[in-house]
Amino acid sequence: MSAHVAHDETEFAPPAEVGEMHLYHPKTFLGKYIWSQDAKVIAIQYALTAMGIGLVALVFSWLMRLQLGFPGRVAFIDPDTYLQLVSMHGMIMVIYLLTALFLGGFGNYLIPLMVGARDMVFPYVNMLSYWVYLLAVLLLVASFFAPGGPTGAGWTLYPPQAILDGTPGASWGIVLMLVSLGVFVIGFTMGGLNYVVTVLQARTRGMTMMRLPLTVWGIFMATVLALLAFPALFVSAIMMLLDHSLGTSFFMPALVSKGQQVAHTGGNPLLFQHLFWFFGHPEVYIVALPAFGIVSDLISTHARKNIFGYRMMVWAILIIGGLSFVVWAHHMYVSGMNPYFGFFFATTTLLIAIPTALKVYNWVLTLWKGNIRLTLPMLFAIAFIFTFVNGGLTGLFLGNVVVDLPLSDTMFVVAHFHMVMGIAPVLTVFGAIYHWYPKITGRMLDETMGKIHFWVTFIGTYAIFYPMHYLGFMGIPRRYYAIAGTNFIPDSAHLLNAWISLAAFVVGAAQMVFLYNLARSYFRGRPSGPNPWQATTLEWQTPETPPKHGNFGKELPVVYRWAYDYGVPGLHADYIPQNVPPSEVRAEAWVKKDQMPAEASA
Amino acid sequence: MTIGMIALSLLMAAIVWWLFRQSLNVQPWESESAAPAARVAVTGPPAAKIALGVFLCVASSLFVLFVSAYAMRLGLADWTPLPRPRLLVFNTALLVGASIAMEWTVHAARRFDTLKVRRGLAASGLLTVGFLVGQLVVWKQLVDAGYFVSTSAATAFFYLFTAVHGLHVLGGLVAWARATLHAWRAPDPGRMRLAAELCATYWHFLLVVWVVLYALLVSSHLGLAICSSAPL
Repeated sequence: MSAHVAHDETEFAPPAEVGEMHLYHPKTFLGKYIWSQDAKVIAIQYALTAMGIGLVALVFSWLMRLQLGFPGRVAFIDPDTYLQLVSMHGMIMVIYLLTALFLGGFGNYLIPLMVGARDMVFPYVNMLSYWVYLLAVLLLVASFFAPGGPTGAGWTLYPPQAILDGTPGASWGIVLMLVSLGVFVIGFTMGGLNYVVTVLQARTRGMTMMRLPLTVWGIFMATVLALLAFPALFVSAIMMLLDHSLGTSFFMPALVSKGQQVAHTGGNPLLFQHLFWFFGHPEVYIVALPAFGIVSDLISTHARKNIFGYRMMVWAILIIGGLSFVVWAHHMYVSGMNPYFGFFFATTTLLIAIPTALKVYNWVLTLWKGNIRLTLPMLFAIAFIFTFVNGGLTGLFLGNVVVDLPLSDTMFVVAHFHMVMGIAPVLTVFGAIYHWYPKITGRMLDETMGKIHFWVTFIGTYAIFYPMHYLGFMGIPRRYYAIAGTNFIPDSAHLLNAWISLAAFVVGAAQMVFLYNLARSYFRGRPSGPNPWQATTLEWQTPETPPKHGNFGKELPVVYRWAYDYGVPGLHADYIPQNVPPSEVRAEAWVKKDQMPAEASA
Repeated sequence: MTIGMIALSLLMAAIVWWLFRQSLNVQPWESESAAPAARVAVTGPPAAKIALGVFLCVASSLFVLFVSAYAMRLGLADWTPLPRPRLLVFNTALLVGASIAMEWTVHAARRFDTLKVRRGLAASGLLTVGFLVGQLVVWKQLVDAGYFVSTSAATAFFYLFTAVHGLHVLGGLVAWARATLHAWRAPDPGRMRLAAELCATYWHFLLVVWVVLYALLVSSHLGLAICSSAPL
């Protein structure tokens, strides 16, 4: 390590927090693209793997919708297969797609570039993190082909049924699932340590915490949450594995299964639920906080206006993160609990609405009188706000004990969480890909295909999930293979189910347009130039596009301002990049003639 | 889960305090807001130290959740304690010894006394391996006496606690092996000192965790203990 001193203007730049780092320089193709230690390559590896397994989960959702919309028409979907599809769809989407994509994908790509670092602080551990994640994915995929197939216990894997005979995949499937989760947590911890320490330690000269783009804040806090919450998943996975394989009774009560008394004694299934949701609820915000951060940056950049209430936004991220640890039992109202606990958890749950609403107001106020450019990233960002508010409002219903009890385990819950943590974050993912694809590849994505993708996805997901709320109000249960022959369910509900399925197929097809666009634009897209959106943050100021190994050429950038200098009054240019010194801004080229300060015109 | 909630609340309070310091009196929208002190380049603590700190938070979260699970599970009907293995006292003493040896190594490394660093690392390594062997002997004794992992919830927690702690010790030994190899081959004062400090911090952490777990294993004052007062 040698101390790195960047050029002049030190009076405007806070101290250098970090010395120059020595980079690993790969010599072979394998070293550069496969066993790569460059965070950007690791990011793309993470993203492609996550999207690959996400596609599998998307296909699973089509199969589920085939069964629900047209029961009995597809021969190979029997009740066991259906439950396996439900379980794998949920587990893959929440953990192996969204968590991995936001933190492993966007985290790896954006953190070093946005904080002005050459790479993550521990590149080797970062590389390991990806390979361990890949191992977790492979273990999960292996369970598809294991005897008995993958687990069908639902993504929550509640014992005792998860490991009892009769539940699909109760022999091999659940073991591979639990091991895969454990491996995922280990891999994530390696990556997470990197993200946190890079943000804390590797920021370039002048990049104070309060000058970080909100994307970095979102990913940073989500990583902190994940580092603290994933151990709960790890603990519950290990204990359930022991219950399954060594016959302990942590979670397994004494019970009779298929006429046989099981060997377990006196375990507590509620204990599992507590541990699981102690992870499971923060998990919602592990996915949501990066989305919040990214949306803030998309909106500010494409509305050419500084983010409204930056410090408030940072504090809201922190408060949401903190509160997310004290609400977990709202997932367990129907499991039975002391009414005072119910009151406590309902109150904390509703409290989260305050910082969340604050963020929504700030996004809307950023748009207010902005110079809104309806680019593809902006469309997705606005769609996110709509969808998140919709999903959030039904969350207020479910957060109340008395409303939750009748709605629990109905399609209403499915509609709620798909809106709030399925569609909303995925819209952000799309917006972010349309926004950063030019930096990653040097080419723009095709606008027409993007518009088709956007409108079909946005309207289509509402066509899927809006009617689902009504199905929930009717009392149609979730996780059921078929609902035929039940008196309280009218024929119109079946018709609605068929309609939802059709909408789901159309939305799925639109994703193929997106994938085609990704592939085609890589070769034939319009060259983007270094900064197509005229953005201020450091990743757009790299000497090369796509950025080379080491990100910033010979010298690291020096940061003089926050990430939101858009539409600064009195300037010709409507944005000032973070690395432009104030003395340069005072020069003639930047300032409008009638507003030139005295010393500059002199 | 109350235990988990309290621990995490304390951690969140620390983060809030940290952010408060970061954001107090800061106007992020002003480009010229840097303080005059900014002219002096300051380098913070090494990244490895921060990383270890973060990792210890993760490990604490893991152990706190295991203890939470224990606290929730122990009230239930099938809780039959196992006899208290006497060897645990000796093992604890070994781990305390290893921790002291690590601290001694740090002092030697700060003075760049390579010989003492090597001795210190060897001593702490030996004591730590002794601890792990001791724990395995305890397991053997329990198995011989008919207490398997599935015998009762108490034995399950006994094996679980000792195994998870043992695995963390084993992970520490990997770092210790790298530090020792370095101290023997081509000792560089800065690196040796950092390695010794990191190892020492980790060893002290594991000792504290073990003392807490040990208290839960043997102290019936804290409620239903995992081990009864009958010695093995």
